[in-house]
Amino acid sequence: MALQYDDVLAGLAEIVHEVVGVPTSDIDPAKSFTDELDVDSLSMVEVIVAAEEHFGVPIPDEDARNLKTVGDAVDFIVLAGGA
Amino acid sequence: MPGRTTLVSGGNRGIGLATVRALSEAGETVVATYRDAPPPPEIHAVRCDITDPAQVEQAFKQVEEESGPVEVLVANAGITRDGLLLGMSDEDLGAVVETNLLGTARVVRRALRGMIRRRHGRIVLISSASGLSGSAGQTNYAAAKAGLIGLGRSLAREMGGRDITVNIVAPGWIETDMTAALPEELRREAAGQVPLRRFGRPEEVAALTRFLTSRESGYITGAVIPVDGGLGMGH
Repeated sequence: MALQYDDVLAGLAEIVHEVVGVPTSDIDPAKSFTDELDVDSLSMVEVIVAAEEHFGVPIPDEDARNLKTVGDAVDFIVLAGGA
Repeated sequence: MPGRTTLVSGGNRGIGLATVRALSEAGETVVATYRDAPPPPEIHAVRCDITDPAQVEQAFKQVEEESGPVEVLVANAGITRDGLLLGMSDEDLGAVVETNLLGTARVVRRALRGMIRRRHGRIVLISSASGLSGSAGQTNYAAAKAGLIGLGRSLAREMGGRDITVNIVAPGWIETDMTAALPEELRREAAGQVPLRRFGRPEEVAALTRFLTSRESGYITGAVIPVDGGLGMGH
């Protein structure tokens, strides 16, 4: 079944909250991981690995580097999950 | 506590095989990697040439599917191509650095993903006393083994916030296939230089690695610990 945008956003917000402690209500698609959500490079790896496990979608390192905002990541996961 | 998924590269013989046995006895779920000759049949093993990134990825995938993310890594795989630097080919220089340093770095990098997720990890790099004291005829080997110290200590700093420790074990003269290939005369002379007057056993290296991979060792990271019968007196 294809992944729905809102479900992915909610799931990802939960993961970011779990990794860096930011409240899920502060997490929206426009937010930058590093600049606005305190996700440093190590935490980003943790978010990516958790997202791969949670959504069952591989996120290769070269793609992960381009995921600057929460919206970028949601778009990538929705696209990869729907394929 | 349930056993942690543990990977030992080059776990088919010598120090690697002794390490597989010691960690299995300690209750961990151990998988050995090997390149050419498989370990004894009772040992769970996957074939993996660590100089090939695709084989490293495949080995980790297989281990993760069967046993879950790797939490303990002992990077032991290594080769020798001895000879004086003066006459050493680029091929022999490159092969030893490619396997012992770059291959190891590749395996460690792949293992970190699961450790970061678990917020727990124990990494032991098997270096060598020759990396600390130098060894005539082993410039390539000693350079690669010394390189593991810089790799391990830098990584210890990078990963410290995630309960991931990285330590380096530096064996001296140990009774393995690698040293059995040396002439008897040279072996006797070498043993005479060692304060404990003998070669070590692979199990004596594995005993340290078992401690460094245990949960108890959680406040030790970036350490270089010789197992050399006193040859380097701690250095």
